[in-house]
Amino acid sequence: MVVRRRPQRGHRFAESPVLQLALQGWRSRTVGLLLMGAFAALVGRGFYLQVINNDFLQEKGESRYRRDIEVSASRGKIIDRNGDMLAVSTPMKSVWAIPGDARTMSAVQKQQLAALLDMSVRELDGKIAPEKTFVFIKRQVPPETADRIAALKLPGVHQEKEYRRYYPTGDMTAHIVGFTGVDDKGLEGVELAFQQSLLGHPGSRSVIRDRRGNIIEDVGALKPPQDGKEIRLALDSKIQYIAFSQLKAAVESNNAKAGGIVVLDVQSGEVLALANWPTYNPNNRENLSGAQLRNRAFTDTFEPGSTLKPFTAALALEKGKFRPDSVINCAPGRLTIGNATISDAHPHGALTVAQVIQKSSNVGVTKMALTIPPQEMWQMFDAVGFGQVPQLGFPGEVTGRLRPWKNWRPIEQATMSYGHGISVSLIQLARAYSVFARDGDLIPLTLLKVDQPAVHGVPVFTAQTAREMRAMLEMAAGPEGTAPKARVPGYRVGGKTGTAHKLVGGAYANKYVSAFVGFAPVSDPRLIVAVMIDEPSAGKHYGGEVAAPVFSQVMGASLRTLGIVPDAPVQVAEASVRKGPL
Amino acid sequence: MVRFNMILLLVAVVCALGVVTSQHRARKLFQDLEGEQERVRKLDIEYGQLQLELSTWATHPRIEQIARSRLHMVTPDAVGRVVDKPAAGAAKKKAVR
Repeated sequence: MVVRRRPQRGHRFAESPVLQLALQGWRSRTVGLLLMGAFAALVGRGFYLQVINNDFLQEKGESRYRRDIEVSASRGKIIDRNGDMLAVSTPMKSVWAIPGDARTMSAVQKQQLAALLDMSVRELDGKIAPEKTFVFIKRQVPPETADRIAALKLPGVHQEKEYRRYYPTGDMTAHIVGFTGVDDKGLEGVELAFQQSLLGHPGSRSVIRDRRGNIIEDVGALKPPQDGKEIRLALDSKIQYIAFSQLKAAVESNNAKAGGIVVLDVQSGEVLALANWPTYNPNNRENLSGAQLRNRAFTDTFEPGSTLKPFTAALALEKGKFRPDSVINCAPGRLTIGNATISDAHPHGALTVAQVIQKSSNVGVTKMALTIPPQEMWQMFDAVGFGQVPQLGFPGEVTGRLRPWKNWRPIEQATMSYGHGISVSLIQLARAYSVFARDGDLIPLTLLKVDQPAVHGVPVFTAQTAREMRAMLEMAAGPEGTAPKARVPGYRVGGKTGTAHKLVGGAYANKYVSAFVGFAPVSDPRLIVAVMIDEPSAGKHYGGEVAAPVFSQVMGASLRTLGIVPDAPVQVAEASVRKGPL
Repeated sequence: MVRFNMILLLVAVVCALGVVTSQHRARKLFQDLEGEQERVRKLDIEYGQLQLELSTWATHPRIEQIARSRLHMVTPDAVGRVVDKPAAGAAKKKAVR
């Protein structure tokens, strides 16, 4: 019989039969392998994150606290030759909003904001009404106001830095300096011509900010901002002021439509002053009209009239056909070419070449012109810059009109000799006179200050001719000439008047352009002043009466400003207290 | 051996604290620098605005107006003017008349 022995009840622990069970070996190995595998996976993942994918993760991490900020750069200043400000940028704020958020403002907050921005609540509501993500509420807000708005901590209202351009000299230099748009881009004048140099290039830097928004460290490359370059114009703001105020006074007293004036430095070709009337205030450009904006000295051409006579005479002298004392018979003050008749305003008898210029005889000049082949006359006009862009780089410069010589008729050549049938801009005319003020050479003009002026220009006439012409032009501005009112006490001046009928719809009307171009001191010319008054209609219209007094005032004051030594004795009779500019 | 390790540990801890302090000080200094640079920018802006104000006060029309009306100045006539020739020096004063 099988006796089933009951196991002993109380056996010893070490002898537990369970412990004597041998587990299968693969089980422990499997667990071991699994654990090893898990470790390997961790190491692999660690390697992947730390080594292979490191750059990406670092970048992601940095982007959590690293910020790229833009460092703004300002637009360059425009200053005159003495360093006086003509255009300056100063920082402003633009206030913009996310309309969706901004509409959550309370009525009180809206009132506060509207009051600070100087607008009505309705206007403000209108601005934030559209379903957009970005609207400007107001641009060019002064920084103090902007700070007060920021202090209100309004929802959805943000600010952006921007610049505003100021023109301290205002309307006085408006035409030459021009202006910029709201986005700091040049729209007119020097602001447009030198846009590339004036423009600032904003820089950038990446930084680490702490919780409070303070910058605590610079990381990565830093791109420094580049402010726009400062532009130093040749303009002399004192002379500009004199020229501008005298021109304005002359246009107003002669009840004229418009006017222009240019002052050039004979030695360097610098434009020392350039003014037009009507003008505008570049700081407040509301209600601007085209007439105000137009820089007439550059963009308007007119028939220069008698101011062109000296060029014809100089060419005749140059060709050896005449001498200053050659006699021309100008009687009876009329000359018929083909079926047209040229006449003088006042009939003269026999005149020398010098007297023809002095008295401004159309007949005399025509007789000289008809001895010159059209081609040579064209070449001379071309050489002194008529029919060409003045190359100042100024927006809107015009060429004027100089027709090709091949289809000139004799009457056309005759009228051109005294400045009709040809058109020039005031700046071209002023520049052309540098051939007389200098020793027969034409210099390039410049709007910028030059440190070392070109010594020689392009020769057009000989020094001898230029000297003779200077003497004749001095006579023209003398007591017996057409423009005694151009005289300046203490200085010898030379110049020529011009009174041209205006072409209206293809026919000459009873409207005039009065001009005067001249230089001083005659013994060693330093300045050229060209004045043009468009449609004087207060009784006087001759260049000698309308434009010459402006020339006299501007030339006198400018020479004094520049400290140029007088070269003529002062007649006591003239030395009454003058009401000129300081 | 244990003592040596303890010393190394101590050195390591001191170094670590040093790094922390110097980093902190660097950031403090950087913040100061930032602040000063901000001040430079502000002053620069103010300078620009003052220049603008100056040139607005010193416009030629205003100067002429004040000179004539408030100070009763007049342009000297040509007779009353004396020009000093720069080339000839101070010795040769040339009166104009």
